[in-house]
Amino acid sequence: MADNELILLDLWDSPFAMRVRIALDEKGIPFKSKEQDLEEKSPLLLQMNPIHKQVPVLIHNGKPISESLIVVQYIDEVWYNRSPLLPSDPYQRASMRFWADYVDKKVYNTGKKIICGIGEEVEIAKHELIAILKTLEGELGENHFFAGHTFGYVDVSLIPFYSWFYLYEKLGKFSIELECPKLVNWAKRCMEKECVSKNLPDELKVHDHIVELKNTGKYK
Amino acid sequence: MEDLKLHGSIFSPFTWRVIWALKLKGLNFEFIQEDMTNKSDLLLKYNPVYKKIPVLVHGGKPIVESSIILEYIEETWPQNPLLPVDPYEKAVARFWSKFADDKILTLYYGFFMKVGEEQEKAVQEGLEILRNLEEHGLGDKKFFGGETIGLADVGLGWIAYWLNVLEEIVGIKLLEESKFPRLFEWTNNFKEISIIKENLPDRDEMMAFLKSRYDGLRVFFSHVG
Repeated sequence: MADNELILLDLWDSPFAMRVRIALDEKGIPFKSKEQDLEEKSPLLLQMNPIHKQVPVLIHNGKPISESLIVVQYIDEVWYNRSPLLPSDPYQRASMRFWADYVDKKVYNTGKKIICGIGEEVEIAKHELIAILKTLEGELGENHFFAGHTFGYVDVSLIPFYSWFYLYEKLGKFSIELECPKLVNWAKRCMEKECVSKNLPDELKVHDHIVELKNTGKYK
Repeated sequence: MEDLKLHGSIFSPFTWRVIWALKLKGLNFEFIQEDMTNKSDLLLKYNPVYKKIPVLVHGGKPIVESSIILEYIEETWPQNPLLPVDPYEKAVARFWSKFADDKILTLYYGFFMKVGEEQEKAVQEGLEILRNLEEHGLGDKKFFGGETIGLADVGLGWIAYWLNVLEEIVGIKLLEESKFPRLFEWTNNFKEISIIKENLPDRDEMMAFLKSRYDGLRVFFSHVG
């Protein structure tokens, strides 16, 4: 199979798109990133993801795959012999899928409530997010990465949000490092990997962009 | 002899998916009906994060979240495969399985539990869901999995029996044969599969359970005007 026709319908500050960029770079797979405008969706995006009309979409030899965790699993299965992200044992796989799914269900939407909330809503959301991050920190335990010694699926699912921590902290008026020091250490450890540091945008830029979108009513 | 226990509820579509997957693989298991208003200690121990069913316990080790359970079953017992071998086809199956996951709750919380304008909006969303399934999911195939049922069919099976009960209680039909002929036919084909046919929830029990939920909500809404 030719692995030379990979296009990613991308968005620089989308944590979901970051997951795909990280997975591809971790495996050393070259791809072409096409930055999307979600306010004026391109015909290609609408054609490749007619159901959700969202990024990321990975187009491999003309065939689209969407939903970031499904894309990451696809990448892991096609290029299984390079830096595997999921273990082979079904029970361990189920456990990693559980935690990646937990990140999916909890982090973004709770963070959104901090960003878009009014008054007390922000306070409540902040406490919710701290609890979520503490739960993840508990799962990490004393491990270097979520699965143990190697960077894997759960790390890929969560690390993009590190670039949004500053945004959450500024709007929620709290320090994630103070609340979850082990988790922040984990994040810094991930950032030592080139596939991560290269694909996470600058946190100040993320903050300014999302705040601007929020203030112009475009962050939904 | 596998040591398999399934903690679930006969009233939950999420539980039925797991029952179907286990039966399709020819696996024996012990079923424990959980009362969600009075959760057992075991359930809380096995699923401390969400405290929800279904939970599959294999050799004492718990697996939670129905779609994750389905993948675990598929990977542990490869007979009668529910997922294709090709990674792209697998990704497509997973996409529709996730779609099924996300949309059950949209329909339940919107179509079934809301009133007035919010329900109207939910009806439109419901029709959009069915349209997507008909046009993009099923297309010309007999099943979402192709010639035989797969993960996506198991994940979407609730459309074949549970949706109809909601529609009857609410008094609004979403899945009309004239509007969604292929999806409608799929519901019949799905229910004709012998394992599925032998393992469908009792409609009257389901009706009674959901109706009591619905009536409780109507009383609530009449008080909040």
